[in-house]
Amino acid sequence: MNLWIWLLIACALAYAWKLVGYFVPARFLENPRMSRVAGTMTIGLLASLTVVNAVASGQTLAADARLGALAAAAVALALRAPFLVVVVAGAGTAALLRMLGWN
Amino acid sequence: MAVAVKLLASPAVRVGLSISVATGLYGISFGALSVTSGLDFWQTMALSLLLFSGGSQFAFIGVVGGGGSGIAAMSAATLLGMRNGIYGMQLNALLHPTGWRKYVAAQVTIDESTATSTGQTDPAEQLRGFWAAGIGIYVLWNLFTAVGALAGSGLGDPKQWGLDGAAVAAFLALLWPRLKGREPIAIAVVCAVATVAAVPFVPAGVPILVAAVVAAVMGWFSHGRSDEGLEPDVDPYREHQHQHQHRGADHHQGGHRQHGADDGHQRGEGGTPGAGT
Repeated sequence: MNLWIWLLIACALAYAWKLVGYFVPARFLENPRMSRVAGTMTIGLLASLTVVNAVASGQTLAADARLGALAAAAVALALRAPFLVVVVAGAGTAALLRMLGWN
Repeated sequence: MAVAVKLLASPAVRVGLSISVATGLYGISFGALSVTSGLDFWQTMALSLLLFSGGSQFAFIGVVGGGGSGIAAMSAATLLGMRNGIYGMQLNALLHPTGWRKYVAAQVTIDESTATSTGQTDPAEQLRGFWAAGIGIYVLWNLFTAVGALAGSGLGDPKQWGLDGAAVAAFLALLWPRLKGREPIAIAVVCAVATVAAVPFVPAGVPILVAAVVAAVMGWFSHGRSDEGLEPDVDPYREHQHQHQHRGADHHQGGHRQHGADDGHQRGEGGTPGAGT
């Protein structure tokens, strides 16, 4: 139930961001720092989420089959594979490595 | 009928529809990962129906799946949604929606609808592209989220299927198109290192927020492209290229990125670009 509350707050704030853009005066666009920060934060958050999902287990770091998934995804992306193919490559590699005994 | 035929003849609408299919399809992976991260079917659907922003949705379930708290998940999703506010400003200046349309336009303001619209030069096409991509992605994204959530809940042990590896791959795929040039790669590396360093010392989910702060500081104090990192997960004009080779190439060159540059130029004439505060 607790999760529902944070989830709905996240939804409300996401809509608030979107709507704010349509109501702020155009002169805010003249400050390029705002869009700079929005952009660099997007890169930083996605890089962080990638790493957390690859090596973190709670508060400890672990090297397991997820590292294989990371490598497979990088190869698929370098080969310009579409999003869904990249995801399947990641899942397949992790599953395969586990089957071979690397957790 | 005549209206439908006329609409389909619009290049922006065709780009919008093909990006809708490409983006909508990866809603399957979101739905499946969400239910295996511990959210139920309706929580998963609420994220797609109400939050509706791919990166933020993946962030929310990524933090929850990694053992993070609800508040950390909410914070990561919200910080990642800031760029939609920038898109809203651009689209408002471009399309001038009025009345209730403003509120509907806001909900479908995401990477892909913005890129489809700003990739066009004719104002009427910009409008059609935005709505075609926005509504098309909204419908298909939700449909495929439901498909993925239903399929995911019947999978049993998610690790056996490598679904934790799928999450890693999904985040890398969201990051990848934004790594154009030396600066974004440097930001990504610094934030990745900061994350790894923070993991043992703070509760799960918080390292992501640490990285957000690091990235924000880097953006604020460095001078680079003002549209850094504001690329769509799936580039509508690259995607469309597969079907319409000549058109796709042309539009990609003069598309989304170029618009950012044009925009800066116009600002330069009116005000004081780069002066900041």
